[in-house]
Parts: sequence; C-alpha cells; structure tokens
Amino acid sequence: MRYSGLRVIKEALTGHKGWKAAWRDPEPQPSYDYVIIGGGGHGLATAYYLAKQFGKKRIAVIEKGWIGGGNVGRNTTIIRSNYLLDGNEPFYEFSLKLWEGLEQDLNYNAMVSQRGILNLIHSDPQRDAFVRRGNAMILNGADAELLSADQIRAEYPFLNFNDARFPIKGGLAQRRGGTVRHDAVAWGYARGADSHGVDIIQNCEVTGFRIEDGVCKGVETSRGFIGAGKVAACVAGSSGRLMAKAGMRLPIESHVLQAFVSEGLKPVLPGVITYGAGHFYCSQSDKGGLVFGGDLDGYNSYAQRGNLPVVEDVCESGMSLIPAMGRARLLRMWGGIMDMSMDGSPIIDRTHIEGLYFNGGWCYGGFKATPASGFVYAHLLATDTPHDTATAYRFDRFRRGYMIDEKGMGAQPNLH
Amino acid sequence: MIINHPLLGPRDSQEFTYLGDASLIDRPDWQAENAVDQFHDYLYLRDNPAGSHRELWFHETGDRSWLVVTRDTTTHEITAVELARDVARARGRSK
Ligand SMILES: Cc1cc2nc3c(=O)[nH]c(=O)nc-3n(C[C@H](O)[C@H](O)[C@H](O)COP(=O)(O)OP(=O)(O)OC[C@H]3O[C@@H](n4cnc5c(N)ncnc54)[C@H](O)[C@@H]3O)c2cc1C
Repeated sequence: MRYSGLRVIKEALTGHKGWKAAWRDPEPQPSYDYVIIGGGGHGLATAYYLAKQFGKKRIAVIEKGWIGGGNVGRNTTIIRSNYLLDGNEPFYEFSLKLWEGLEQDLNYNAMVSQRGILNLIHSDPQRDAFVRRGNAMILNGADAELLSADQIRAEYPFLNFNDARFPIKGGLAQRRGGTVRHDAVAWGYARGADSHGVDIIQNCEVTGFRIEDGVCKGVETSRGFIGAGKVAACVAGSSGRLMAKAGMRLPIESHVLQAFVSEGLKPVLPGVITYGAGHFYCSQSDKGGLVFGGDLDGYNSYAQRGNLPVVEDVCESGMSLIPAMGRARLLRMWGGIMDMSMDGSPIIDRTHIEGLYFNGGWCYGGFKATPASGFVYAHLLATDTPHDTATAYRFDRFRRGYMIDEKGMGAQPNLH
Repeated sequence: MIINHPLLGPRDSQEFTYLGDASLIDRPDWQAENAVDQFHDYLYLRDNPAGSHRELWFHETGDRSWLVVTRDTTTHEITAVELARDVARARGRSK
C-alpha cells in the first residue's frame, strides 16, 4: 500500500479501516540465499538494498527480539558527515546523500530534518583543527561552514558565550546535518524490505553457526536450523557475543552509552549543537524534549543501563553550555550497548569463514551510517567486492597498520 | 559501582580509570617467532564476554594502584578485587 496525503484523508473519512500491517510476520523457511542476523537499522537497510538495488531474492532478516528494539530505537538520532579521515568521510557523505532521498525512496515519513549541526569552538587550536576538518569535508563533497561567535549568538543567544574557562569562540557548522526519527528508520526499511519479498523473522535468536570445512552453511536459531548461501552478521552491540559462536575474537569491546530526554518545551533549540569543551550533544525533538547525551560509562557492559556518575557528568556539561537547561526536568534516561572498536571506526568485511560476513564496530556513530552501511554491506554480499566508499573498513587494517582513528586515541575502545 | 579495594576498602568507581581486559597483563614475548601475530592479538582482539569479566582498573585519584576486578558485564556486579601486582606475580611476571 502506498502512503500519501490523499490516503490519510480517505482513511480518515472511512474510519481508518483500510490500513494494513506494514510488514508480514512469516514463518522461517528451511533455507534462504541470504540470512541477515539482526533487525536493527543496519540489518533492515541491508536487506532492503540487497533486494531492491541488487535484485537478490530469498532474503531473511532474523531478529532475536522485535525489530528496532536495539540501538536504532535508543540513539540520539543525529546525522552528519563531518569526519576528517579519508577512510571515513566519503562513506558518511554517501550516507548523508542517501538520507536526503530516503523518504521518497521508501515512501515513508522518517522525519529527516536537516536542521544543521554545529560543533562549538572554545580555543584557537580547536579552531585550527575544525578548519582542517571543514576543508577535508569540502574536499569530499560535503558542506562545511566556519561561524564566528557573533553569527552563533544570532541563532543561539542562550549559550554560555562568556564562560571564564571555555568561552565560545566560533563553530563549525554542517547545515545538511540534522536529526531523523529513529524508530521510523527501522519501520521504513522493514516495510520497504518486506514489500520486496524479504522475510522479517522476529523473536528468533541466532544461537550458533553451522560451519563445515570452513564454509558457513547456515545458522542455528531458537526456532530451528535455517540454511543460508550467505550469512551476514549485523548485530551492533552484540557482535562479540555472536561472533564468539563462530570461534572469532573481534577488535571490539561492548560498552554502555546513556541518553537523556527532558520534559517537553516550546521550540528553543533550532539545530543540533555539540560542546567542544566537554562531551555533550543536544537537539530538541519535535515533541519538544531536549534530547542529549555524552560519554560512555567507560567499562565493558552488556547491561543496557548505565550508572549515576555519567548522568552527573553529562548534566554538568549541559549546564555549563546551556545554563537555562537547569530549569527543565529530566524526563527519562536509558542505555544502549555500543560495539566500540579499537580505532573507533567500523568493520564491513568478509570473515575467514567462507559465506560468513561481518558488519559492526559502529561505536556511537552508527545511526547516521544506517543507509550507507546497508547499501555497502548489500554491495559486499551481492558482489563479494567492497563498495568504493567502504574499502578501508577491513578486519586486517589493525594488522597492517591502517587504523582509521579519528580521535588519535589508539587501541583503547572506551576513549573513542 | 563500588570497588572493594584490597587495601583501602570500599571505594566509589569514579575514583578509578578503566583500562580493559586483564589479559593485558600477559604481554607476549617479543622474541617469539610469531611475535607479530601475538602482539596483534594482544593489542587488538578481545574476548568481550557477556558475563564474568576480569579487568584492569587504575586507582587514579586514590593510591594509584592497579587492580584486577572480576565483574559481571550483564549486571555490573563485582565479585572479586585483587591487586594487579599480586596477579602478575602469581603468573611469574616479575619478582
Ligand atoms: C544512547 C545512544 C545514542 C546514540 N546516538 C547516536 C547518534 O546521535 N548518532 C548516530 O549516528 N549514532 C548514535 N548511536 C549509535 C547507533 O544507534 C548505533 O550505532 C546503530 O543503531 C547500530 O546499528 P543497528 O541499528 O543495526 O543496531 P541495533 O538496533 O542494536 O540492531 C542490532 C539487532 O541485532 C539483534 N541481535 C543481537 N544478537 C542477536 C542474535 N544472536 N540473533 C538475532 N538477533 C540478534 C538485536 O536484538 C538488535 O535488534 C547511539 C547509540 C546509543 C545507544
């Protein structure tokens, strides 16, 4: 069923009796050509592009819970392509371009809102670093703009410009950045994939792999064995746990990241802002809540909930940037499990086991990557060659010394 | 989280910084034939278990000792705390 304004009016007049489920709830088949493990944003996008762009058939997405219950439904929804390094920037810019056409492509309102993202500058060396980053972005076809403190004041008069320690000296803006409604991304891709014949199988946990003579033949699940030509792991924070079942150790640690939302307020924050002197990023949702977050808790965790010291730290950062925030009440907070990689960048690659592919290591930047991650992973699955924008995301980059370390932190996942 | 320091008693985990898997104590032999492989695995690969995890914490704003903390990554419950020094010595790492 195509969604349109006309359709909404027609349904309104006929008691909304014509709406159908947006995707089927099929029983698993004994085998598929492609089995994608994980019904998050990336898994669903992979299935969608595999079917639509690459014309593949007999595809299943296998999800242990319900689709969208993982990080895709827990993140702070920021999209941007303001990376510095060559291995990253073309990929994220490709992703931003896909976001720009996503709603028309999916016929689904994902509330893509290019309200702009602004990274604040508080010192001269930081300005130098941001100028360099802006130039790298422009060289890769993205947009970037250096703003003075006065220009920022016009848009965000309530920021703490004259803080004694961290005055705001300017900012790097990417006008095409913004936010997207996270759940709608999962639902839109699910509906799109389903309409191209993909089976989305929920409440079905992959419990092991069937590997014979170095070839992956399928997956063991809580609903029985499912054979597969190719198996594509795509489980974000559960990557370590899943791949251990194939005997693999990964350059990844799982860490908990928390996010926060305030009570609903009148429109106050027009775009996304990030603090340059502490780890804090904030936007305002269309319902009015301030959505914000900061650092990881910093220790390995699969608990999907964090601890109070980080709550305090994030709120302190927020208060030092937007003092008025202190008047708003915190409504909710939650945690998600991040697949933190050793250099802070993702992996999209074949494994040493034939027929088994891996996509993970997204750290806390994987939401913005969703469309491109799905597209390039589908490309890899369909053609067995990496997409042009994802040639650097290999497993062997650590061994070969080609880390993609945006922050220059070294092999310390909790610092990326 | 409260870490029960073997010398100082219960301390708030905020006083500590986290390094990672306690297997980092077992630095490979640089003269081994396959030292490159061993160092690759040592530096970059992790078990990353869901469940009991032995990990290194540094008492940065306290007595600056390194601890090996055994903690469940699914519940954050801490079941054992040892001085990393003692753990390393028990494995014959130094005198
Ligand atoms: C608090 C928070 C804030 C964030 N903010 C941002 C942001 O502002 N911008 C940004 O770009 N990114 C952000 N991220 C990161 C982003 O959300 C993730 O990197 C991204 O969603 C991961 O990809 P995914 O959607 O496929 O993951 P998920 O939605 O987690 O999908 C993985 C799925 O795999 C399933 N699964 C796991 N194991 C199995 C199994 N054995 N069998 C079957 N299924 C299994 C899980 O149930 C889950 O549904 C944030 C994350 C968090 C938690």
